[in-house]
Amino acid sequence: MKLFRWKNRRTRTLCYMTLLGLLLLAAYLFGLLIPEEAVATDFMNAKLPPSLEHPFGTDSLGRDLFFRTLKGLSVSITVGIFASLISAVIAVLVGVAAAVGSKWLDNAICFVIDLFMGVPHTVLVLLISFALGRGLKGLLVGIAVTHWTGLARVIRGEVLTLRNHPFVAVSRRLGKSSGWILRHHLLPHLLPQFLVGLILMFPHAILHEASISFLGYGLSPEQPAIGIILSESMKYLSAGLWWPAVFPGLTLVLIVLLVDKFGDNLKRILDPYSAQE
Amino acid sequence: MRLEAKGISFRYQKKQPWILKDLSLSIESGERLCIFAPSGYGKTTLGLLLAGYLMPEQGSILLSGKPLPKKGICPVQMIHQHPERAINPRWRLKKVLEESGKIEEGTLEAFGIETAWLDRFPRELSGGELQRFCVARALASGAEFLVCDEISTMLDVITQAQIWELLLSESEKRKRGLIIITHNRNLAKRVGTRLLDLTENQ
Repeated sequence: MKLFRWKNRRTRTLCYMTLLGLLLLAAYLFGLLIPEEAVATDFMNAKLPPSLEHPFGTDSLGRDLFFRTLKGLSVSITVGIFASLISAVIAVLVGVAAAVGSKWLDNAICFVIDLFMGVPHTVLVLLISFALGRGLKGLLVGIAVTHWTGLARVIRGEVLTLRNHPFVAVSRRLGKSSGWILRHHLLPHLLPQFLVGLILMFPHAILHEASISFLGYGLSPEQPAIGIILSESMKYLSAGLWWPAVFPGLTLVLIVLLVDKFGDNLKRILDPYSAQE
Repeated sequence: MRLEAKGISFRYQKKQPWILKDLSLSIESGERLCIFAPSGYGKTTLGLLLAGYLMPEQGSILLSGKPLPKKGICPVQMIHQHPERAINPRWRLKKVLEESGKIEEGTLEAFGIETAWLDRFPRELSGGELQRFCVARALASGAEFLVCDEISTMLDVITQAQIWELLLSESEKRKRGLIIITHNRNLAKRVGTRLLDLTENQ
């Protein structure tokens, strides 16, 4: 996919960012503003295919799928943002601790990271979410405590190499304080890793939220999450009701792809090896 | 001013063989001391010791009779062999120059640095161009002595000549002492006022 091909990367990233920001904001606000009546059950209008009145059609209980999808996205976005934020902060703290702490601490942290990475994400999220009584809280904690490992490893490696790098030693000999070196040498290297890691974690978090809800271990069935809508649609898919699966699924894919593109472009802009392309 | 090393010994870890053993040398401001030895004789280690990057296990390094200050700008600055490693790759080069204080007028011309380079990233410049920034940065810090660790080894002959010309004229103008580390005997004879052969020490 190469939208906005005619622009350079900086403008392109800006385009993605604006588009993404608008979309996320719209989905979030709409989700909050839509009254319950709009997604109320209405058996007179059940299983209607897409039309002007119901752009995404209605489901087996006659609920308008367009509004239900928007409401679902709003929930998904909240989960995604909070889970990836918490995860990224954990990653930075753990990564820096491993790099500057004692050898023993480093070994312990690396062991925990290996442990987390060795277990399939979905299984781990499922177990944690189940243990915490499902629902929004269980899902949030489950996703937040399983997604930090990769980023933590990157941050740890980055701090380790930077600490022993000649340009840091030169800076120290030029009379710069540890605080100055942290702000001017270390942070410019860590911040892009953090930002990009955070943004690229967001689609992961959303997809895991949707898949765990789809499997029935996440949000409760009455909450209009994308995963719930998709799992409901499965029952009617063989009966020819394609719209309850296609449209909510497409919107989810669209958001995830946009975030991914944005993260990728941001990474390249922040990296001096491709910054001025 | 006088920089001297008094009977310094150094090894990277206990129980490992000594890299430098009971070495003494001294250099006055305005002098250019060439330290010559083949690879593996501890030339760079000696440079790191003299510039305060490392501490000798025995003996001491004194500047005008006092040990090097631990804080603040070190009066002995080192110019490294690989300029691309001594410069933060995420900084524009203007910031690299300003790391040792404000850019003085005439610095750019004196070191053959073009104004357009200041907004570039390090990877967009060649090794020789980057080395000029490192030399300018080290001199601008106000250091009394400069340790030049094989600063021209990876440059082509024309760039080597340019760098040395810049360095010699600027250090002479400011009456700075140079400690030149090299394994090129001809270069040592050409730029140094005095030659110290580490091979004779052992």
